[in-house]
Amino acid sequence: MGKNIDRSQPLFQVEDLCQYFHVAKGKELKAVDHVNFSIYKGETLGLVGESGCGKSTTGRCLVKLYKPTAGKITYKGKDIFSYNKQEEKEFRKNVQMIFQNPHSSLNPRSTVKDIVGYGMKLHGLATDADMDQKVEEILKRVGLNRDHMSRFPHEFSGGQKQRIGIARALAVEPEFVICDEPISALDVSIQAQVLNMLKELQEEMGLTYLFIAHDLSVVKYISDRVIVMYLGTMVEFADAEELYENPLHPYTQVLLSSIPVADPKLVREKKRIMVKGEIPSPINPPDCCRFVERCPYATDECRSKLPELKEVQKGHYVACHRIK
Amino acid sequence: MAENILEIKNLQFSFHTYGGVVKSVRDVSFNVREGEILGIVGESGCGKSVTSQCILRLNPEPPGFFESGSIKYRGEEITTKTDKEMRKIRGVEIGFIFQDPMTSLNPTATIGKQIEEVFVGRKDISKKERKERALEILRLVGINEPERRYRQYPHELSGGMKQRVMIAIALVGKPSIIIADEPTTSLDVTIEAQILDLLKDLKEKLNTSIILITHDLGVIAKMCDRVLVMYGGKIVERGSVDEIFYETSHPYTAGLIQSIATLNTDKNQKLIPIDGTPPDLFAPPKGCPFSARCEFAMKICSEALPEEYVLSPEHTCSCWLRHPDAPKVNIMKRDTKEGS
Amino acid sequence: MEKKNKKNTQDKQSETLRNQAEKRKLTPEDFQFVGKNIEKMESISRPSLTFWQEAWRRIRGNRVAFFSLILLITYGVLAIIAPMLSQYGFDQQDAYNMSQGFSAAHWLGTDSLGRDLWVRVWMGARVSLSIGILAAGLNTVIGTVLGGFCGYYGGKLDMIVMRIIDIIYGIPQLIVCILVMMVLGSGVKSLVIAMIIVGWTGTCRFTRGEVYRLKEQEFVLAARVMGESTFMIIVREIIPNIMGLLITNLAMAIPSAIFQEAFLSYIGLGISPPQASWGVLAKEGTKMMTAAPHLLYVPAFFICSTVLALNQLGNGLRDAFDPRLRGAD
Repeated sequence: MGKNIDRSQPLFQVEDLCQYFHVAKGKELKAVDHVNFSIYKGETLGLVGESGCGKSTTGRCLVKLYKPTAGKITYKGKDIFSYNKQEEKEFRKNVQMIFQNPHSSLNPRSTVKDIVGYGMKLHGLATDADMDQKVEEILKRVGLNRDHMSRFPHEFSGGQKQRIGIARALAVEPEFVICDEPISALDVSIQAQVLNMLKELQEEMGLTYLFIAHDLSVVKYISDRVIVMYLGTMVEFADAEELYENPLHPYTQVLLSSIPVADPKLVREKKRIMVKGEIPSPINPPDCCRFVERCPYATDECRSKLPELKEVQKGHYVACHRIK
Repeated sequence: MAENILEIKNLQFSFHTYGGVVKSVRDVSFNVREGEILGIVGESGCGKSVTSQCILRLNPEPPGFFESGSIKYRGEEITTKTDKEMRKIRGVEIGFIFQDPMTSLNPTATIGKQIEEVFVGRKDISKKERKERALEILRLVGINEPERRYRQYPHELSGGMKQRVMIAIALVGKPSIIIADEPTTSLDVTIEAQILDLLKDLKEKLNTSIILITHDLGVIAKMCDRVLVMYGGKIVERGSVDEIFYETSHPYTAGLIQSIATLNTDKNQKLIPIDGTPPDLFAPPKGCPFSARCEFAMKICSEALPEEYVLSPEHTCSCWLRHPDAPKVNIMKRDTKEGS
Repeated sequence: MEKKNKKNTQDKQSETLRNQAEKRKLTPEDFQFVGKNIEKMESISRPSLTFWQEAWRRIRGNRVAFFSLILLITYGVLAIIAPMLSQYGFDQQDAYNMSQGFSAAHWLGTDSLGRDLWVRVWMGARVSLSIGILAAGLNTVIGTVLGGFCGYYGGKLDMIVMRIIDIIYGIPQLIVCILVMMVLGSGVKSLVIAMIIVGWTGTCRFTRGEVYRLKEQEFVLAARVMGESTFMIIVREIIPNIMGLLITNLAMAIPSAIFQEAFLSYIGLGISPPQASWGVLAKEGTKMMTAAPHLLYVPAFFICSTVLALNQLGNGLRDAFDPRLRGAD
């Protein structure tokens, strides 16, 4: 079950990505602030963080739903904002997205067949004649059947809707899929179904994922490498195993220890690191380490200077003044 | 053993819809003891929220209605009370913490006013006293600068802070039971940990009972003394928290525990999901509600409802596998390595 | 079986459960594994209803709205056929039968010039209803298109259109109407034009808001990621989702247009006699109020009942299309 990750050339390269939103006069929401990473073909890159950390915005920049304030995103070596019509069409076929909320990501007035089949028609993968058969095939892959084709989204449960959303994205045979919190709105028993399905489909179709989530245990399970974000900046970036065994940034440590563990004995024994305070607002953030207000180790240096993302071990990057 | 302060017996609650009757709660019985945290775990649509809202009669009636059963709070029957009588119970005897603090607070009233609302109509408490009580409770739930917060409006507070206010509102009438319906689902993990600690702390200080409704087994493991597992409008397993996690006896509970990805889950191993979708209670199955998705389903399972087998004083399980004639199987798959 | 009965004595077990289990004897066969039931797992047991079927079901269930709908259809049909079937012409005067009350020959009596009121009422209905539908319909179309563009694209276009709307809101509607009438002369055409100039703004604002809300919805984002053209996104994803609200809006806009027409005709700015509209009839009736009050009451009744019915129908439609109420009753 080993994965084929081609590390020779990145599929996506993100350089110095900034996405600011103008909120009011003199107020700027820095959703994403100087983020750098690359994604290789065949891998799953996890992106974790709490609400307002900019993980979803980053994902949306990659599919051109937002135009970044600054920075460069290249797909297969070409800037995604410099496409001509043909290249644009190809990009739209190759890069797909699975959304967080299954209840709002399907058009309530379209049948399942329309939702899943339209993309295929748009990209010339199916004609009106073989549409039924093709839609049925893809529905089967996500565990649904023919009877569901003529039904409307509101008739399905959350897990079924999410699988329809996956079917829609995969129907156009993409290379790269952004999964924006695909399971956080689902029931526990359904989450495993969807995760397994995503993994199987990755193996079968050679997909590359950007997996965005707030749940570290899920991200660890599915990802090869993981980025931890806090208030628009990357705080740590490492291989999944390494990150969990050797978390260096205080925020990563806090996140790891806050996960509720479904094992009462372990819970009683476990020592937890608690943080005080709430997540600050990303509007006009301080020009220093963003975590400084909640960090138990904060020093004067942390309050005056923004730490840079440094490579401390091979492939393990961290942005913290404490780590030299 | 501590005294039962809430006794629910054979509760059946349904909703009228255009196509017929949806049986949301089907024959549910349980007790709440003094000073305990009782967890109700289950997926959306399993009836856990409806059950808890029945206790305070918060379900809209109609279309909802009690088919049968009784809810007794300190010996008093709840199901036959009028709305006026219920007002004396809501917030005063039994408090309720809603899932979403963003929408459950009134955006046009100050925090102080919303906390004091429980005193409306009580002539024995003066204005000054009310404010003192409100400030005291704000301090208790860990809100800094209570004087300032007292005058603020909900939109000026962050999500975690709002949930603390919700808890304050539930607590100010000094209720003996608090029902918390997914109190941390909409919060971030670091904030969730804070709120859960607060709830546990408050329970110790005030000796209230808490009914904690959640879908997250992690929250259950951390918080609860006893647990009810609900599925398809019924309680399928109940027991102390250790019994539920270490002597799991219902295939559904086992499925729930095994389907979560933990930090220790091996990457190359498939997760063990529960296939399929929960039954629609519009037409509940004749037999065990879980039979269609159950790996160990037997012929009898889809034909008749299993009874509640008693495994220990606290631990019961409604599953045909516990019948003396049934074959013995190991329902936990992790160790046996027999994945499907 | 014995063991089982022993267990049953424990009071935790409920009556119903016990009865069900004891209905049949258990055999070893009952305990054979059958495993998961794939078919049942994913089945949907509720009947499938499309959006429109469901809305229709709810309208039918709403007695007031359904009665209003029937009433309006009746009025519509009568407006078409009643003048054709009658022996009298709408401008046919009869000097011997002036200002008569209800009778077998003249069902609703005659006016001060001896014209048959039954025929005139339905001729008037033709004018009033068609002006109402035409003005409200055109308002909705113009408002929807403009509002749709403003909501979807935002930016400069949005700003300009919104400022224009602010200006129109700032000028009293009556003055605009009077000005248009003075320039174009009175008549059905200029009446409709005047009503459109002041009327499209409400729908435009409303559609803009709805589109603005919808375009951030995930299914619209999904369509953008899929590479759907903007035009197709508006046609496929957005318009079907505001259709219900637009129809409701239209149903509410027609009565106000009818009212406006009646008002303008009443003060002498709209249709001029011998052409009939309900407003004209009411105006003529006022002159004869003391001698023949029915000449005022009859057209007034039709104006009121139509406006009331349309408003009630609009209310019913709003409830029927409300997504929050889907499947709730």
